[in-house]
Amino acid sequence: MTFFRAENLAIQFGGLRAVDGVSFEVREGEVYSIIGPNGAGKTTVFNLISRIYDPSAGRVVFQERDITGVPPHRIAGLGIARTFQNIELFQNSTVLQNLLLGRHEHRRSNLFSEMLFLPHVRRMEVAHREKVEEVIEFLGLQHHRESRVSGLPYGIAKVVELGRALCTEPKLLLLDEPSSGLNPEESEDMAFWIEDIQKDLGITVLMVEHNMSLVAEVSDRVLAMNDGRVLAEGTPQEVQQHEAVIKAYLGG
Amino acid sequence: MRFIFKTDYDQDIRLLKHGGHAFWYGLLLVAVLLAPVAVDDYYIGQLTQLAIFAMAGLGLMLLVGYTGLVSLGHAAFMGIGAYTEAVLLERGVPFLISLPVSAGLAAAVGIVVGLPALRLAGIYLAIATLAFAIIIEEVLARWESVTHGFTGMVVEPISVFGYELSEGADFYYLSVGLLILIVLMSLNLLRSPTGRAMVAIRDSEIAAQSTGIHVAKYKTIAFAISAGITGLAGALWAHKLGFLSPESFTVLQSIELLVLVVVGGVGSIHGAIFGAVFVVALPQLLAVGKGYLPTNVADAPGLEAGVFGLVLVLFILLEPMGIYGRWVKIRTYFSLFPLYKKASFKRQKTYLKSERLR
Amino acid sequence: MLQFVQLVLNGSSIGCIYALVALGFVLIYKATEVVNFAQGELMMFGAFFAYTLITLFGFSYWIGAAGAILGMMAFGYLLDRVVLRPVLGQPAFAMIMLTIGIGYVSRSVAGLVPGWGTAAYAIDTPFSAEGLPLLTTAETSLVISEQNLSIIGATVLFCAVLFAFFRYTRIGVAMQATSQNQLAAYYMGIPVKSVFSLIWAISAGVAAAAGVLLAPITLIDTNMGFIGLKAFPAAVLGGFGSIPGAIVGGLTIGIIESLAGFYLPQGFKDIAAYIVLLAVLVLRPEGLFGQATRKKV
Repeated sequence: MTFFRAENLAIQFGGLRAVDGVSFEVREGEVYSIIGPNGAGKTTVFNLISRIYDPSAGRVVFQERDITGVPPHRIAGLGIARTFQNIELFQNSTVLQNLLLGRHEHRRSNLFSEMLFLPHVRRMEVAHREKVEEVIEFLGLQHHRESRVSGLPYGIAKVVELGRALCTEPKLLLLDEPSSGLNPEESEDMAFWIEDIQKDLGITVLMVEHNMSLVAEVSDRVLAMNDGRVLAEGTPQEVQQHEAVIKAYLGG
Repeated sequence: MRFIFKTDYDQDIRLLKHGGHAFWYGLLLVAVLLAPVAVDDYYIGQLTQLAIFAMAGLGLMLLVGYTGLVSLGHAAFMGIGAYTEAVLLERGVPFLISLPVSAGLAAAVGIVVGLPALRLAGIYLAIATLAFAIIIEEVLARWESVTHGFTGMVVEPISVFGYELSEGADFYYLSVGLLILIVLMSLNLLRSPTGRAMVAIRDSEIAAQSTGIHVAKYKTIAFAISAGITGLAGALWAHKLGFLSPESFTVLQSIELLVLVVVGGVGSIHGAIFGAVFVVALPQLLAVGKGYLPTNVADAPGLEAGVFGLVLVLFILLEPMGIYGRWVKIRTYFSLFPLYKKASFKRQKTYLKSERLR
Repeated sequence: MLQFVQLVLNGSSIGCIYALVALGFVLIYKATEVVNFAQGELMMFGAFFAYTLITLFGFSYWIGAAGAILGMMAFGYLLDRVVLRPVLGQPAFAMIMLTIGIGYVSRSVAGLVPGWGTAAYAIDTPFSAEGLPLLTTAETSLVISEQNLSIIGATVLFCAVLFAFFRYTRIGVAMQATSQNQLAAYYMGIPVKSVFSLIWAISAGVAAAAGVLLAPITLIDTNMGFIGLKAFPAAVLGGFGSIPGAIVGGLTIGIIESLAGFYLPQGFKDIAAYIVLLAVLVLRPEGLFGQATRKKV
């Protein structure tokens, strides 16, 4: 049984084949990275997996279930969480509120019990906060718990977004350029967290990343893409030395 | 400045965060309860109107301020609530049934109106709600067999188990009581997953979706709750007016509700209350102020609307967070004194943040 | 059949007014992303300016009309410069409320100006309201009045001038660039803020023209700006970002209204536009001429 698999994914925008027959498999428990030059279609693959786009061909299979037809809001409930390239947080809410939103799929209440705030809603809210507090501790966000996201530095916001994804208790975590916009020190922290997420929390990570040293440091396997197609797959070293990959990056 | 040392998750969840809250809101509650003893009937009538407007404004606030969906047609929901109430009472339906049915029907229409909202963004939604409100206004005027059209219809008094509640202190207690219930309900909702989901949709639909929020469902819920609360306010307003005609629920009325929300402070429950105070008090203040103006200005028929518009413009230019925002600043000033800096609340300059999707 | 054509013709002239007001919305929206709810009030001011020049000061119609248009252009420029520029970049909702407030204040101010007040006024125009026969059959004849012809002709003229302006002048091209991408335009050295003010000026000028043309039909009063509410469906129908769309949308709404007034029961005339609007929004949310877009992540 494969944990996660993309089969022949393809999508076109107008005449542009942004993703053109991409297949790969992610094994449970590994860190799998997708690399490639700008415009290679990496983020589009993510958007296909999280169902923001409908593929024109191919399918996505997660834990032996075809999720190609699942509506986008059901993806989190299946155990796939993601972050975004340019941070999509709830800007006018506090860090705590943002993280609590990650708990949405774990709510056990309905509109009417919430309006009356029945005792079980209160107990549920306490339970959510306990879980959120674990994530805050894990990522060291204690100082920012009550801060509004709009006032946070970029690096912290990036971590908050990671935290929100973790709060959904995912089995598969999609990270879209986790180190973009971070300084070297923050990137270093991010690398540690990704390792901890994989080792301590046992979450499988699929990431798109430009920073090759981060990729080499944390990835078990790497997929290189260019122009919507797969160039090479293998360990970080293998892919970095692959002829087609070098050519794609250096041009020619 | 008060610093709350949190030792318990429940502290985060409860509505009254500290003793000060309990004291001041308790005092407010006592004042509200004692008002009929302390002031004369005219002011009780005004306070009743305030409670009803606050309720209608609260309904709109949940939609505009918390879910980020603009409705230019909320007076239509007030109209639906009001007419349903009047028609049902006319047919002999008891008040205890007619009131929830009025709110329920408004909520149901809200769901239907909300349907385009699932696909429409920003300005398109605003204009769709405007179109809806204009159509409803016309329906109220033309469906004469039910609404009596422009002839208008008399609203029968409220009678519960033989007690008449339509006037004076009784109706005041009824309106204020319902307002308090609705406020508590809204507060509960906002500290639960549904309320958070609404705020999430306001700030980023795409992120909301990725955390598992069914955007369409919650937009519909927001529309239903908002329309239901405003419809309930409409039903009470019918009793306050005593006589309904389609002219009571026009586009201008819808805009008045929006002004209430903006002037009060977008995105806060307090804002709906403060906004209602503004809407109810403005004509009173103007009546006083007119004495100091030259007669040709004071008697101009458009003066009230003009001042209304001017206050709106000034708030958006100078205090986009509304009366509540100003209040928070003043409070912060005193609690930080003498350390308050203007920059504490500096508005963030954004260089034309595009809402266009490209 | 002739009846139908006659109704279409009648609808087209009022449709032209809707089109001009909708054009004003679209110009401002495309460039600045502000939906100007005071567009109708700009039209009202334009009509009052013309009334002041022609009836109160005794100028000729042509001078009065030109004066009103130029006066409103100056007014639109100042409005942007003084009121709107300081809050540039606020959320769309705040801008909507701001222009609604401006509309309220405008109506009130117009009511306070000596000589304007709350009565309804007419202006003398060189165009007669009498119908010119275009086609005569045994039973009926197809007629159009000089007045309606003047409206249609002026609308065509204004559209041609605007088209030429945006197409062939340097500043017009700069405006197009700005409305496509403000930041890029700014980097290319286009003074974006001044362009915004100019757009407001042009839009106010177009509104004034609509006001002058509408004046003989509905009379001039402080509430004539509510016609702006009819121009919204027109703009939405056309996709809100499209100038030809606004023209087609305006004509469509005018014609639908004219037909609904004749063929449907009383009451439908006033809401036909909105019913069509809701139908279009449900079936094709991006309008007839708009393009579907989605946010990129």
